[in-house]
Amino acid sequence: MAQPTNNEPDYILEAKNLDIFYGDFKAVTDVNMKIQRNKITAIIGPSGCGKSTLLRAFNRMNELVPGTHINGEIQFNGQNLYAPAVDPVEVRYRIGMVFQKPNPFPKSIYDNIAWGARIHGYIGNMDELVEYSLQQAALWDEVKDKLDQSGLALSGGQQQRLCIARALAVQPEVILMDEPASALDPIATLKIEELMQELKENYTIVIVTHNMQQAARASDYTAMMMLTDGESRSGTMIEYDETNIIFTRPSDKRTEDYVTGRFG
Amino acid sequence: MIRKTFENEMQQVKDEILVLGSMVEEAILGTVEALKKRDIKGAENILAADKEINKKRFEIESQLMILIATQQPMAHDLRLLASSMEIISELERMGDYAKGIANINIRMGDQPLLKPLIDVPRMAQKCADMLHRALTAYVEEDVEAAKAIPIEDDEVDALYNQVYRELMTFVISDPKTMERANWLLWVTHNLERVADRVTNICERTIFIATGEMEEIKSTDDEFWHKNK
Repeated sequence: MAQPTNNEPDYILEAKNLDIFYGDFKAVTDVNMKIQRNKITAIIGPSGCGKSTLLRAFNRMNELVPGTHINGEIQFNGQNLYAPAVDPVEVRYRIGMVFQKPNPFPKSIYDNIAWGARIHGYIGNMDELVEYSLQQAALWDEVKDKLDQSGLALSGGQQQRLCIARALAVQPEVILMDEPASALDPIATLKIEELMQELKENYTIVIVTHNMQQAARASDYTAMMMLTDGESRSGTMIEYDETNIIFTRPSDKRTEDYVTGRFG
Repeated sequence: MIRKTFENEMQQVKDEILVLGSMVEEAILGTVEALKKRDIKGAENILAADKEINKKRFEIESQLMILIATQQPMAHDLRLLASSMEIISELERMGDYAKGIANINIRMGDQPLLKPLIDVPRMAQKCADMLHRALTAYVEEDVEAAKAIPIEDDEVDALYNQVYRELMTFVISDPKTMERANWLLWVTHNLERVADRVTNICERTIFIATGEMEEIKSTDDEFWHKNK
């Protein structure tokens, strides 16, 4: 399987021989994947092939489901994320997540940003942090005069950017995005994609998307997942390469069939 | 600005197309200069330059293909990418005409030119100038310029006819000059074709800007009818 090749690439996350189980069911099989720092990596593939499961393994979010466990290893900055001494709550601060459906807290815009930082023990200037986070999420200009209004009063696209700002407020290194734009209209979608391009200067982004065109437009690298053949079907990664290559000359026939809309 | 990524990448491709255009311009002027001086080394340099032109064209083609695949261009953006694909192919063929002239120069060996070249360099200069302005019009999507430039093709055709008649008088007065006249006729024909391809670039520019795909009336047609 092709891996992205670059001169001295800087990998922030690495899955090694990773299997993910829900109880006895092996949802993901033998994934080996290095994720490059300050790049956008997309995970694509048909429904039920384990994309979101893999994504959630990167910040131990799967553990919120009882019975979930992994074989193999995920390294974050060279450290095993699943080592006994590692606090999963700390992991989720450093590797934040944005979900499909915008889920702001039923609180003011200001408190949506400040809340996580406060819990995390942030002792700096909160006004500055709120403004900085909203600016990073390209939302500041639209909300600066109504910070005390409810986050739920914003449009869907604005709510999603509020959720991104909230994730940024705890200063993560990686942002995982699970279908962040699938509930948004095309313009709001493009805004999120442009925002991702700005965010990659300072963060690493991993995005799961059903929308192949979105992966094509917005990512630097694309990983293609698919179910294995046979009786015990499980998700695995069949190709991983530069996005430009995946969408112009993929090397695996199944990737070709998927990106040309002939399969899945 | 929304779609900033696409805009930036498209700008880079346009810059690359301008680079390709200037390589072709240099080849057209250089190949005629080498012929005028009967400089074989200069002609060989043109052959090498053509390889670079072809390489550049493939690079740009690949960039355009990636943009089409990853950015899903529609409407104006789609016309721009599809037409840019055509334009680089026109440029590559113009490079071949320059190479053709270089090959004639080499094939002529140590035989002298049938006549000193006066109008041929003029043709080359006119072609290079039209090409330069046609590519500026493409980058700026300047429809007025794109409509005006093809009219100048008449000047190239007039020079072509003039050289043609001159060469025929040589042949009539001394049939032994046939081969040397033929060589120069091919040279002028190649240049005349360059100007025609400039017209194609202008057609594409108009299409990008307006969505109207229309052939600009070819003055060649009149030439063939007149000389029937």
